[in-house]
Formats: sequence, C-alpha cells, structure tokens
Amino acid sequence: MASTIRLRAIVSGDTTEVQALVQHPMDSGFVKDSAGNLIPPHHIEVVEFEHAGKAVFTALWGPAVSKDPYVKFSFKGAQKGDDLTVSWVDNKGESDSLVAKIQ
Amino acid sequence: MAKQHNRPDRTRRLIVKAILAGVGLGLTGWKRARAADASLWLKDAFTQKTEADAIKALYGKDAEASDQVKLDAPEIAENGAVVPISVSSALPDVTSIAILVSENPFPLAATYKIPPGTSGMVANRLKMAKTSKVVALVESGGKIYSASKEVKVTVGGCGG
Repeated sequence: MASTIRLRAIVSGDTTEVQALVQHPMDSGFVKDSAGNLIPPHHIEVVEFEHAGKAVFTALWGPAVSKDPYVKFSFKGAQKGDDLTVSWVDNKGESDSLVAKIQ
Repeated sequence: MAKQHNRPDRTRRLIVKAILAGVGLGLTGWKRARAADASLWLKDAFTQKTEADAIKALYGKDAEASDQVKLDAPEIAENGAVVPISVSSALPDVTSIAILVSENPFPLAATYKIPPGTSGMVANRLKMAKTSKVVALVESGGKIYSASKEVKVTVGGCGG
C-alpha cells in the first residue's frame, strides 16, 4: 500500500524546512452521515518527526485538525542526504511511518 | 537409550525457542519503528470544553498577551473545514506552541512540542465550527505568551 505520508524536507543554510501531508479522514465525531447517524471520531493523535535518533518536532492533534492534515516547521542541524523519519498514530491505534531523505 | 533420544529433542527445542525469540524481537522492533507514541496525547486538555479549562489543563497557568507572538489567520474563512493558521515567535527557547479555537466543541485544536534546535514556528490547517476567536499560545522560558484573532467563518467546518 502506498504511504499515507508525503514529506518534503529541504535544507537552506543551516535550517531545514519540513512540510508534511498525511492522508487521513480526521473525523471529528460531530458530523452526521447522509442517514443522520453520527460518524464516530477518527483522528490522528500524535505525529513524531525524528532526525538522527532525536525528536525534532512532535505534533499532538485533536479532532479540529482538518482532513488530510498539513503541517510545516523548521529545525537546525541536518545535512542534505540525512534521513528524516515521520510516524503517526490515531485514536483507533492505526499508524504509519515514512523515512525520507533531506534534500 | 532414553538419554540418546533426549539430546536432539533438547536441541530442537532450543532452536524453536531461538526462532520464536527472533520473531518476537523483529515484530516489536518493527512496531516501534512504525508507530508514533500514542501515550504522548493529552486527552485531558483535548477534551476540555472551554478555552480557559483547556489552557489550564495544558499548562496549569494563565497566558499573558504578547506582541512577540505572531498569529497568521484569515479575516474571513469561506470554508470552516480548512482554515490555514500559522504561529511564529521571536521569543527565545520556545518549548511548545498550542492553537485553540474558542467556539469549537473542544477548543484545543493542536499543540506542538518544540525541542532545542527547532524554530518557534508552525503552520497547519484547522476546522472551525463557526466564527470564533483563535488563540495562539507560545511557551518560552516556562512562561506562556498569547496572541488572538477573530476569524469569521461563512460555512462551518463541522458539517451540522
């Protein structure tokens, strides 16, 4: 199965800018389906970004984060060609991860 | 005679044990590499129903308004399901950033841990049920600084 994660990390000077896009319904638990039944909450809770075995950014998300979430941040200390690992887990225990090369 | 039969049995058991241990290690290693740590989630803060309670659950103290916190959000969001919001701060030693939408059923939308070496900046997209105040909190040097902005929503993001 194709990864749910798209990751772009680009070094400029000493700073690496990271943009991540995750495919996920992010159901809030407040929306009804066409039959009028509430769609139960189903959303990502934790996303971890790691470089060289160290957490560089951790996102904690509630149900108010938009469907197919996007996040952008930047950190220092990475070189072009280094690995950046991203992993997520949702409230149903589903998860995915991806390792991408920093460009 | 019985002794001679015992030996290959024991060896076989050892081999089976070794294989099982190997499989076990492999599986847990795989699991750890593939999933973020779900225990990091702050259930208490994310299920508070008012902005003040969410901030209390998150930090245990009040925030002080600061022009050092920059909150970028649209004046008017035509689609409440996808509202681009970014927060940045020039404050030193930022350790966390949180974003709250006051009028949402659960005001706390997202919070980010910022370790040393990571910039005090984040951009994301949030859902807004209706027109609301959006609050950005930045934790720096053990203090909480905030900025807020009213965002008008023409079509709510909670489908109702």
